[in-house]
Amino acid sequence: MPDDVREVIIIGSGPAGLTAAVYAARANLHPLMIEGVDAGGQLMLTTEVENYPGFPEGILGPDMMARFREQAERFGTEFVTANVSKVDLSARPFSVWVDDEEHRSRAVIVSTGARARMLGLESEAQLLGHGVSTCATCDGFFFRDQEIAVVGGGDSALEEALFLTKFATKVTLIHRRAELRASKIMQDRAFANERIEFLWDSVVEDVLGDQTLSGLRVRNVKTDAVSELPVTGMFVAIGHFPNTNLFDGQLDRDDEGYVLTKGLAGETPATATNIEGVFACGDCVDHVYRQAVTAAGMGCQAAIDTERWLEAKAHEERSA
Amino acid sequence: MAEGILYLSDDTFDETIQGSDKPVLVDFWAEWCGPCKMIAPVLEEIASEQGEQLQIAKLNVDDNPDAARRFGVLSIPTLILFRNGEVEKRLVGAKGKGQLLQELSDVLA
Repeated sequence: MPDDVREVIIIGSGPAGLTAAVYAARANLHPLMIEGVDAGGQLMLTTEVENYPGFPEGILGPDMMARFREQAERFGTEFVTANVSKVDLSARPFSVWVDDEEHRSRAVIVSTGARARMLGLESEAQLLGHGVSTCATCDGFFFRDQEIAVVGGGDSALEEALFLTKFATKVTLIHRRAELRASKIMQDRAFANERIEFLWDSVVEDVLGDQTLSGLRVRNVKTDAVSELPVTGMFVAIGHFPNTNLFDGQLDRDDEGYVLTKGLAGETPATATNIEGVFACGDCVDHVYRQAVTAAGMGCQAAIDTERWLEAKAHEERSA
Repeated sequence: MAEGILYLSDDTFDETIQGSDKPVLVDFWAEWCGPCKMIAPVLEEIASEQGEQLQIAKLNVDDNPDAARRFGVLSIPTLILFRNGEVEKRLVGAKGKGQLLQELSDVLA
């Protein structure tokens, strides 16, 4: 094979990808990580991470990802800070393009993660950055002494709502059901917080405001009653979808777009996809646990699966 | 502090924007903003490569809330492009270098 073919390219730089990079680099696979424009992944948008073992005092999401990256770099991972524009996994070596630049490798680890789902309203898109926000940590500051809303009922929604009470005088949590999906500890904290109010069985039908957000039109799904909630900010935390469009027609995915791996069928190597030599890990695979620590664990599996597969291939080539 | 980048404050904002003979791209950012950290190196590269045509400037919104308020910045990172002192374009959220250069192609022609 020509010299410009690498052992492994890792696409995506959240906990899964960076853990895979640490392991692959330590196994002398000289990984190239194409980390993406949203380098660091979803943790870059979070505040305090309190459930990652080894950080008893908690650690800020962006700080944690900086440490992950440092560790991967220390063992020789190379980084490209850009998005992958296309991939060709139909023949080995695989090709991964960043704009016009082609990178080739024997194996690929897919760790492209997931991103927050938006409501999908036209008015929501128009007011993005003008009251509609996708990042409570980044933008909470701008809503000091104001009344705002958070949409959603899971852990991330409550985490955002609690964080935003540091700035806002009132945070209304709008949830389409009458009970929360979030963990008990987060629910207890939210219910105990006087600045958080709950609007149950409700959905946002429209985001109001011309230049900046001035309110939300909310419909009660039980009674169909429509009301206006005067808020200046809206933070959406209604779930995620996987960043896997890049692999359309190449990797097998489920109906929602999550990459299917052997592990899901109870087989090994757990992170193997339908294409031999392509492994997948983290939130682009997992829509059940979706934790930094589970993603990191799966990233480790992907690196070990990759290393073993490359070794077996090299052995085959030598004996051929 | 990176070379070729101007660091603005509430006090120097207007003077700098009005006084520049080049278009100025202002990055409204803060220390606690993850995506702001992601785009910082991209802006440094653009500053060193395109410095003759475009002035890159940064404004810390935490220390300088007035300018952010005046320009209605409610999300960071927000990049606002000023030409002859007027707002020409605003970009919200982290973008890659290729995408940014494309957005700025008018002033980089």
